[in-house]
Order: sequence, then structure tokens, then C-alpha cells
Amino acid sequence: MLLGRTANGLYWMNRYIERAENMARLVDAGLRMALTRTQNASEEWNSVLLSAGSDVAFKQKYSEYTAANVADFLLRDTSNPSSTMASIETARNNARMVRTALTRETWESINEAWMALKRMLARPIDERDLPSVLDAIKRETALIRGSFYGTMLRNEIFDFSQLGTYVERADNTARILDVKYYVLLPSISWVGSSLDNYQWESILRSVSAHRSYRWVYDADYKPTNIADYLILNVRMPRSLTFCYRFLAEHLKFLGDDYGERHACHATAEKTQTMLRAGSIKDIFDAGLHEFLAGFIRDNTRLGDEIAQDYRFY
Amino acid sequence: MRLAAFDEMLPEVSGLRRPYSAYDRWLKEQDPARLTEKMQDAERVFRKTGITFAVYGEQEASERLIPFDIVPRIISGQEWRRLTQGIEQRVQALNAFLDDIYHRQEILRAGRVPRDLVARNEAFLPEMIGVRPPAGVYTHIIGVDIVRISEDEFYVLEDNARTPSGVSYMLENRETMMQLFPELFQKIKVRPVENYPQLLRQSLAAVRPQSTKGAPTIAVLTPGSYNSAYFEHAFLADQMGVQLVEGQDLRVVDGHVAMRTTEGYKQIDVLYRRVDDSYLDPLTFRPDSALGVPGIMDVYRAGNITIANAPGTGIADDKAIYSYMPEIVEFYTGRKAILGNIPTWRCSEPDSLKYVLEHIHELVIKEVHGSGGYGMLVGPAATKKECEAFAKKLAARPSNYIAQPTLALSTCPILTEKGLAPRHVDLRPYVLVSDRIQLVPGGLTRVALKEGSLVVNSSQGGGTKDTWVLDD
Repeated sequence: MLLGRTANGLYWMNRYIERAENMARLVDAGLRMALTRTQNASEEWNSVLLSAGSDVAFKQKYSEYTAANVADFLLRDTSNPSSTMASIETARNNARMVRTALTRETWESINEAWMALKRMLARPIDERDLPSVLDAIKRETALIRGSFYGTMLRNEIFDFSQLGTYVERADNTARILDVKYYVLLPSISWVGSSLDNYQWESILRSVSAHRSYRWVYDADYKPTNIADYLILNVRMPRSLTFCYRFLAEHLKFLGDDYGERHACHATAEKTQTMLRAGSIKDIFDAGLHEFLAGFIRDNTRLGDEIAQDYRFY
Repeated sequence: MRLAAFDEMLPEVSGLRRPYSAYDRWLKEQDPARLTEKMQDAERVFRKTGITFAVYGEQEASERLIPFDIVPRIISGQEWRRLTQGIEQRVQALNAFLDDIYHRQEILRAGRVPRDLVARNEAFLPEMIGVRPPAGVYTHIIGVDIVRISEDEFYVLEDNARTPSGVSYMLENRETMMQLFPELFQKIKVRPVENYPQLLRQSLAAVRPQSTKGAPTIAVLTPGSYNSAYFEHAFLADQMGVQLVEGQDLRVVDGHVAMRTTEGYKQIDVLYRRVDDSYLDPLTFRPDSALGVPGIMDVYRAGNITIANAPGTGIADDKAIYSYMPEIVEFYTGRKAILGNIPTWRCSEPDSLKYVLEHIHELVIKEVHGSGGYGMLVGPAATKKECEAFAKKLAARPSNYIAQPTLALSTCPILTEKGLAPRHVDLRPYVLVSDRIQLVPGGLTRVALKEGSLVVNSSQGGGTKDTWVLDD
């Protein structure tokens, strides 16, 4: 038996852990672009902010898109609720609230990540330290994930946690693609031009997939392959299909355990079926942007339905 | 100010006391540098596990550790047996007093406790008149604060009969000591305390409502994760294997209190609440409370839920009532109190007020309804100005205060950078009441870390020690 409030806490704890890491990954990709392509750096930082969903708030505070400003805003500014620091703090507050549902190892890894990042992000980050800060963030979240997978019982507590992780991750991957969808469109792509190569690599980098891409496809970056990899590949841990495979699976466990199906089950299965049946050609034919916008909308609705069906509030 | 205090390890007159002899032998073999290291280890353990408490009024340091000292406070088996008898007698009297006060009020009729003191007391809940809690138990979990001033003199400083806290520290302190010094526990037979959560669970299950079918569903009610004792609420729920609920999780469904789960509402039979009376039910008490459950008092009156501790138990540990405890114990148990009270002046009485005002610099003065060491004056440690300011407050509302002599609380050594140094301590053993009275052998020893200080409260710079009851 699980309290609705506890399920809610577990769900958001994991969404925010995922988000804390995603912010670091986005900054990492932006930094790489800025280092390799100095001319359009500010444009690149703008897309990073768009992918993070933080461009409006950023503009209210800063006039210049620089590495220092963006890194500060996305990593350590607690007035930005999605920054790494704010996310890890929200994750920890949720963990504190659901502490009785967590193993000691999981709670301690979250608490220690919070302590370490609070210390590290207490002062503005020196640009020279940025790479090591980004590494540290990824390491802390990896430790949380490791303790979590290594020690948690696979029960409803685990299911609600995973739902949070994959709803957040699917949203993140879809947004990254949507911000850059135009560089993947055949009509304006100059095949093999260095501009596109950088753009494509940047997309892969923001989902930590620039190396694994080469293991799956041939070494060349092709927009249809990149889109296929991030949307339809079943083995790629940040692809939309991968996320929905697990969302559907954990929802099925809950449905079987409780002996009851809800609206969220139908929504998740519908999206999963659509992803399974689709080919990347169909998606491009129907419009990549339209596809992604629809996906993001459905994914958000799934989150709302989960909250309602399982009495989070 | 320096008081000649009785040291529980090394009293000046007689040298090393027996309960400490084995520990002292071990201590002398230790490398001081290693001990300092262990002390730092202990702090790391506490911070890592998040054993923190919130301090009201301190924004930045909203999560602080209670400092832990690695020198145990040791009590012999014989001393413990005597304390146990005294505490059991007292706890029995407290429950009998509560039952009487909310029913026939014989003690008031007999004139042993002034009627006004009860009737006009904020801690007295008229809503509880005529209500008999399941199994007839009012205060299920009690933390009796005990001080010692010599080899043979123990006094009760306070009866915490509402929602005593600190038991998680008793358990974590022992856990930490066993991690730091496993060899010590092989050398010295210390009675275990770690079964407290199981005993608490059994005790709560034993006082379930009569109508409960099958095993009762138990839950711990917390005000939420921003409460200063949240760690303890979560800890106890976890150790007992029961749900930790907040007011927002609960509502009254079909005459029972139920919690919102992912599968709908589920009935609760026993609620161990860590929320104050006035927040318990917005329909009965404070209407603005979001921490309680609207209608829970109706369910309670219908006998469909056990609330531990029962609402209205505060009348038994009120500081004004405290001074009548010797009479109360004798009235209900028919025997003299085994554990004494500290002499107390009730400032509401004109003669006492006069005495207190004249001797303010010698006395400890407390607010009748205060707790946590807030709003008190320690005369001998206060400046002349502070005394004068306090005297004004006292003269304006005398019935709000009681006064006690400044006792030379016993000391127990702590480890400092310069070696062992004596500090004042008190003791809070935890008592569980169901169809029987149970104590785990031990308790929470609070220690005033500042040299000479008598205030042991964690909110005022106190620390804690592991408390050992020897199996001898």
C-alpha cells in the first residue's frame, strides 16, 4: 500500500534527478558548440536555453548569451526552478518527504549529491572549471541511479519512480529534437557541410549519444539516422521509443498489481503503438515538427493522467 | 557561575564510580588522536544520514546536527531498577489523573488539586470530558525528564506526556556507538535499546479500537517535512513499518479516518500523532489548521480510532500541575512517590511570588506552558539587567510562571580537545503504556556542551550521549 502523496513525491523526485542531469548535458553540448564554432556561439546558447525551456526567464535576467551566463542560469541559479541546483534541491525535498519509501543507500546518495553540489555551486563557476563541474554533476546523478537500481525492491515504489524518470526523459529528448528539427529537414540540409555536421553532433551530444551513434549506424551523420536513433531506436536509452517501452511496462505492472486500468494506460499504449508502427520516413512525410509537438503534448497529458489516476493530490 | 556538581564518572570525593570502571580501563588504552578521529567520523555519519533538526528562527542554518559526544553515560542495573519503579508509578498516576480529570474529577472534589488550575488551564480540553479512549489509556508514550544531584538523589524535572521527542536519537546514538567502537560492546554488557520500534508498534496495536477487525492499520501523523522533528517521525514510521501520513492524506470516510492511497482510501485504526492538540481537528480546535483531519474528533468520540497520545494529555505535564505531582501520585497509587519532584514555587501564589522576586538571581524561572528551553531565566547565569527585565514580566503575569532552585545537575565527562571535561546532563527515558507499562533500558542523555551551562535543550546548544544501562 502506498500513499498517493508518496507516489507523487517519488515521481517528482525522479523527474528532478533526471532534469538536474539533463541541464548539465545541455550545457555540455552548448559548450562544445561554442568552443568549436565561435561565430554563432550566441545562437547555440539560445537553442540550449530553448531546449531547457528556460529562454524566457533567461532573457528577463540577462542580455547576453555567453557561456558564463547560460551555465550560471542553468546550473546554479536557484531562481530558475529547472536549474541543476534547484532541481537537485527539489529532488532532495521530495526524497525527504518519501524517505520511508527509499532504501538507506538511495536516500544517502541523494542527500550526498545535494551536499556536494551545494558546495560546488555555492559560487559562480570559473569557466576553466566548467568541464569538471559538469562531470561532477553527471557523476552524482549516476551514483543516485546506481544506488537506486542496486538496492530498491521492484514494487510499486519502483514503478512510480520510473514513471517520473521516463516522462521527464521523453520530454527532454523530444524538446532537444524540436528545437533543432530544422537542421534535420532534408530541404535545407547541405549534406556533408561542416555546419550541419556540428549541429548534428550537438544534438547527439545533448543526449550523450555521439559515440553510441557510430556503433549503430555508419560513421557519417545523416539527419534521418539521427532522428531514427532518437525517436525510434528501441535500444537507445534516451529515445522516445525506449522511454515508452518502460512507461508502458511500469504502468502494466501497476495495473496488474492493483487489478485496475486507467486512462493513463490507454494513453501510454497509444503512443507506444504509434512509435512501434511508425517509420522515420512516415514521420518526416507527416512533418517532424508536427510529430514532436504532438508527442510533447501527449506526454504531458500522460503525466497529468498518472497524477489523477493514482491520486497524487 | 560554578556549582559543585556530582560527577557520575569521577566524583571528587570517592574517585572512579563502579559503573564506569570497565569503560575507564578501555579509555586509558586508547590513543587520543584516534578518539578525535572517531568523533569526526560520528559527525560525518549523522550528516550523511540526514539526522538533522530544524531550529526555529534560523533561516540559513535550517538544518543542524545535534552534537554527539562519544563518551557514554553509564547507569548501573541497580540504579536503573530503582528509576524504573519510580517512573512506572508516576506514569500510572498520570494516566489515572487524566481519566479522573476528564470524568469524575475526584481529585478536585477532594481538594488535592485546585479546581481553577485545571478548569482555567489551556491544556485542559473540555471536548475530552466524558470521552474514554480505547483501552482506557490516555498517554501512551511518555518521556520523563530526570535529573540527578548526588549518588542517591534523582528528581523528575518534567513529565512529557504529550508528544515527547528524541527517541530516534537514543536509537541512532547507540547505532553510531556500535559502529565506532564495536570492541567496547564485546567487553561491556550493555542492555539493548534497538527493539524500541517493535515495542512501540506492539504497544500501539494493543490499544486499537475494540471494533477493529484483524490486525490494526497504524500510521504516524507528522506536520510535514519542514517540522523540526521530521527526521524522527520518518524514522519511527520506517522502523515500525507503518505509513507516515500528513493531514492532507487523511479524511473521514464512513465514520472512520482513512488515508488516500494510490488505490483509494484505506481505513486507519491507530494514529500515532506528532501534531499538537490544537491542530488536530479544524472542526473542533483551531479552524485554520491544515495539519489535522476535519472530523477526526467525532470519529474518536465514536470509538473508531485510537489517537496516541490522546488529546488533552497536556493537562498532566503542565508546569503548574507539575508542582502537585507528589499529591497526585499518592492520591492514585496510595503510596508515596518513589521519584521526587524538584521544589517548585508557583508564582500565582502571592507568598511564593514575593519569595521568587526577592531571590530571582538564585532561581530558574520557567513559563508554565513553555518548552524547549525558550522563555526561561537561569538566575545565577543571568546579568542584573536580564533579571530586572524578567522580574517585570513575572510581576505582570505571575500565574504564567513557576520557579525552582538552581540545582547542581550531575555531570558526566565529554571529550574535548583538552581531554575529558565534566558537563551537566539530564536523562529522558521513554515509557510505553498499553495493557502494561514498558521501558527500554536507556534513554536520551542530553548534555549542556558549554562549560558550566545548565541548559541541555538541543535548541539552546545542547548535545546528546549514548546512554548505557549495564546488564549487571
